Amino acid sequence: MVQQYIGASITRKEDERFLTGRATFVDDVKLPGMVHATFVRSPHAHARIVAIDTAAALAMPGVVAVFTYDDIASLAKPIPVRLYPLPSLEPFLQYPLAQDKVRYVGDPVAIVIADSRYVAEDALDVIDVTYEPLQAVVDIEESLRDEIIIHEAPGTNLAAHYVVSTGDIDQAFRDAEYTRKERFKTNRHTGNPLETRGMVVAYDSGELTVWGATKVPHFNREVLSSLLDFPEEKMHFIEGDVGGGFGIRGEFYPEDFLVPFAAIRLGRPVKWTEDRLEHLIAANHSRDILCDIEIAMKKDGTILGIRAQVYGDMGGYIRTHGSLVPASTAGLLMGPYNVPAYECGVHCVITNKTGVGTFRAPGRYESCFIRERLLDMAAADLGIDPAELRFKNLIQPSQMPYNAGRTRADGDTIFDSGNYPQALTRALDEIGYAETNPKRWVDDAGRYHGIGIATYVKNTGRGPFEGARIVISGTGDVAVYLGITTMGQGHETTMAQICADSLGVSMEAVTIYHGNTDYIPFGGGTYGSRGTVMGGNAVHLACQNMKERILSLASTYLDTEPANLVLQTGEIFRKGAEHGPALLSLGEVAGLAENAGSDEEDSGTLEITAYFEADQLTFSYGSHAAHVAVDPETGKIEIIRYVVVEDIGRAINPLMVHGQAVGGAAQGIGATLLEELVYDDSGQLLAGSFMDYLLPTSTDVPPIESIVLEEAPSPLNPLGVKGAGEGGIVATGATLANAVSNALAPLGVQITQLPLSPSFIVKLLSS
Amino acid sequence: MKPARFDYYSPSSRDEALELLGQYGDDAKILAGGQSLMPMMNMRLVRPKVVIDINRIAGLSHITPRRDGGLAVGAMTRQRELERSALVLETAPLLSLAIPYIGHFQIRNRGTVGGSLAHSDPAAEIPAVCLTLDTEFELASSGGERTVKAEDFFLNHLTTALEPVELLTEIRIPQTVGNWRWGFQEVCRRDGDFALVGAATMLHLDDKGICLEARITTFGAGGTPMRMDAAEEYLSGSSVNADDRSEAARLVSDALDPISDIHASAKYRQDVGGVMVRRALEQALLAQALPFNEGEDAA
Ligand SMILES: Cc1cc2nc3c(=O)[nH]c(=O)nc-3n(C[C@H](O)[C@H](O)[C@H](O)COP(=O)(O)OP(=O)(O)OC[C@H]3O[C@@H](n4cnc5c(N)ncnc54)[C@H](O)[C@@H]3O)c2cc1C
Repeated sequence: MVQQYIGASITRKEDERFLTGRATFVDDVKLPGMVHATFVRSPHAHARIVAIDTAAALAMPGVVAVFTYDDIASLAKPIPVRLYPLPSLEPFLQYPLAQDKVRYVGDPVAIVIADSRYVAEDALDVIDVTYEPLQAVVDIEESLRDEIIIHEAPGTNLAAHYVVSTGDIDQAFRDAEYTRKERFKTNRHTGNPLETRGMVVAYDSGELTVWGATKVPHFNREVLSSLLDFPEEKMHFIEGDVGGGFGIRGEFYPEDFLVPFAAIRLGRPVKWTEDRLEHLIAANHSRDILCDIEIAMKKDGTILGIRAQVYGDMGGYIRTHGSLVPASTAGLLMGPYNVPAYECGVHCVITNKTGVGTFRAPGRYESCFIRERLLDMAAADLGIDPAELRFKNLIQPSQMPYNAGRTRADGDTIFDSGNYPQALTRALDEIGYAETNPKRWVDDAGRYHGIGIATYVKNTGRGPFEGARIVISGTGDVAVYLGITTMGQGHETTMAQICADSLGVSMEAVTIYHGNTDYIPFGGGTYGSRGTVMGGNAVHLACQNMKERILSLASTYLDTEPANLVLQTGEIFRKGAEHGPALLSLGEVAGLAENAGSDEEDSGTLEITAYFEADQLTFSYGSHAAHVAVDPETGKIEIIRYVVVEDIGRAINPLMVHGQAVGGAAQGIGATLLEELVYDDSGQLLAGSFMDYLLPTSTDVPPIESIVLEEAPSPLNPLGVKGAGEGGIVATGATLANAVSNALAPLGVQITQLPLSPSFIVKLLSS
Repeated sequence: MKPARFDYYSPSSRDEALELLGQYGDDAKILAGGQSLMPMMNMRLVRPKVVIDINRIAGLSHITPRRDGGLAVGAMTRQRELERSALVLETAPLLSLAIPYIGHFQIRNRGTVGGSLAHSDPAAEIPAVCLTLDTEFELASSGGERTVKAEDFFLNHLTTALEPVELLTEIRIPQTVGNWRWGFQEVCRRDGDFALVGAATMLHLDDKGICLEARITTFGAGGTPMRMDAAEEYLSGSSVNADDRSEAARLVSDALDPISDIHASAKYRQDVGGVMVRRALEQALLAQALPFNEGEDAA
């Protein structure tokens, strides 16, 4: 029996390097003559720049250069939108440096280069920027009044507004026997990868090398080429090891222009390692959504329609994919349910806060919280059990594939496959829902207990394409070059598993190379749980093509038909005689390719590049369930149990999928209970360090009970996979808020906003 | 996040340190465990011209029984050493109870008793315990030594009676065992964080369970830890029954006038301050001297 790698819980190949401290992160890159960058960042949320005096800084020993907007003026172009472009967003884009106005605390005003980071920070002390402070706008509703305009040219703070709809919403509300309208708000927070952003850039003999790239290096190279007016083929983006991405790291930010710009201007390598204080004001924030929603139902709980207004706080500028956050909130607000009529207004609102981008399950964490809370409220109003209400409305397997209609401006939402009720049943079974009666109680210590559930569906695997290049050397070693990137997902293991099975070699023979724009001409990168769906299928496709090539070369040499041969554990056997002697090794076939020379299209090397294309999304789905206990006197919430059930079609490596679920749930628990980027009225960030921005620690996260289902492989790709990176986080806000609301329902509490801090809970209890 | 320039001294004797302090005064900062000072320097919230590292001075780290049954603790004694000391558990069990609430064990491995007291965060545990235990502080300067009582030591937010030229060298904790009972409660957003609000209590009970003396301290509810006089008076002479405890809690909430921040509102600190006192009193009534467990390793 040949070993099956796909589906096996193989421990990660890369872990030895990480666990023994031998990984190479961007801050480990040190080049001769390297100088260090830091940034003058606005201390004001909204102000006019009157003057910038850099003389004292330039006179300091060790200071190499200070660049302001005037220095980049001849190149100055705004940073373009990567995902979800809309024409109206253009005037709100961010330039690498502020020109005459700053629009959030942290807005870069100048870049300082010095011999060391210490000296660079000393220089910040003496750069004198004169600001004329303006009144800041930190609230969505205030911003929408357009009394204070943040970007003068467009003359409004509403960067985009559009409506998505499907079905006859007016009819749904006319037919309704029950309606309920609510306002929900999700807390501004962000992903906070343990490794902050950073880059080292070297310019030498007309070639530019950028270390520290990740997520979407090919796209970023194109952007940098356009902004610097520098030939793309002379730019090399190198990823190295990365300490987490979560959507935040690897987008094109102002610094991604400024550090390369400085390296070219100075002809010296420049390093910038973002510190945590910078990260919290400079890197993308997320999740800042306000939503007015109304549901129309029959008395028996059947959903007739949902209408909503989604307002996304975008911060001071539209960043590379900020508009995706409200778009995705609206896109899946109806969730995995039959919702015959749906209408949602989407608003991208500018405020004087840090720019917004995606964070793990962008818009889906938000929409799941909004919808699932509302469903629990409706269930209580109608006297229906919350689980029963969901079963009544869940899309059935027989309806798959299911077109949910035009819930996004860029196309229909089509659920590819799934057994949604089964995932909910499993979560209920795990938490012991049926046996737990009643579903809320008070213990001897006076703590209020409650069970909460939520279901979700999450699009994954965005196309349009992804590439992989495979090279087999004379030693028989298989090198796989990926177009996707790796911020900790473990692709060196999963991609090797896919390659080994798809090609017919042992995993030990496979080495995965990733994160270098020289490896492969095109790459889509890693985001939105696309790595395994797109990258994995690209590897699979390349392997299929490679196998065909190998068998063709071998059959010519052996004077037989390819169909008579098999490739197994790295050797060629006659079909039916796999236990007999091998006819050829892979290394020998590589030699044959060399001899075949120009006869073959690849001129002498055993090498294949393949691109997997997809124009439809795969939809992972699942249910979470939690049991919480709330101390009504202190407002402290204890999570007693937390269950994550997700169906991802097919698990390449169940151990790693489990890791993703646990990590996602931990991040979501932090987001729901602890994390908030709080601003005061003047636009100052009050949670500007890890003293005040509270990440969950081991004592805040209970053991996560993660169950991975493989009941509904995706029909959209040969591997049948769906993305597994976000299911753990999507429903955390919804599930915990439902559990807490259920527990405290006798005291009249209904959660409509996050996070659930002790002070907030006590306030709800006393009002 | 790099500190501004500073000069670094590492004196090997107490006298040398006091001389440096005398010379630089306001421009100098003592470096003890560095758990509060270094983050503040890295964020450039403090910019001392001179850092005087007292880690290499002999004799500043000790836990010593005193003839009157009390305890003397050197300023450089690590918080973790207190946590693991059988002597502390026997002599000042309230301190043993409170120490594990300070940060995480890694922080307690470095953080010192003196550093916590000199830094005097309003939500810190050691200051609250010292105030409850009527501790005395020995402050030294090149001009000599003086002793300050806990009630006179904590002046305001991050401000103590320490003069810029003074070093805190030792604290002296009177004995509180026998018919004393103790309780310590705090609520924080995460384990290891500074408390949103908390309470420490000592109850001296007679054989019939009547309270001879009650001491109640709240922390995190004002600029310094505070003794709650009204509740203390109310409880002395009482049997500290459920009604008494609730009334004490009410008196505490009435007396508090805390501030709001992003982690909790003033109202929360006021209300929950009372709850913490009530729970600390309940805990105190149950408190028994526990055998010291060498292997125990709180996180
Ligand atoms: C993540 C984290 C969590 C924490 N959580 C808590 C917590 O929950 N509760 C809590 O109480 N603390 C907490 N702390 C702080 C910790 O307890 C510190 O150890 C303590 O506040 C300061 O002690 P230190 O020895 O590190 O002093 P340092 O940081 O070295 O010094 C602090 C200040 O005291 C001065 N100083 C120090 N020693 C003397 C002396 N002998 N004489 C005169 N001045 C002196 C210094 O000049 C400085 O101004 C936490 C710290 C961290 C990093």
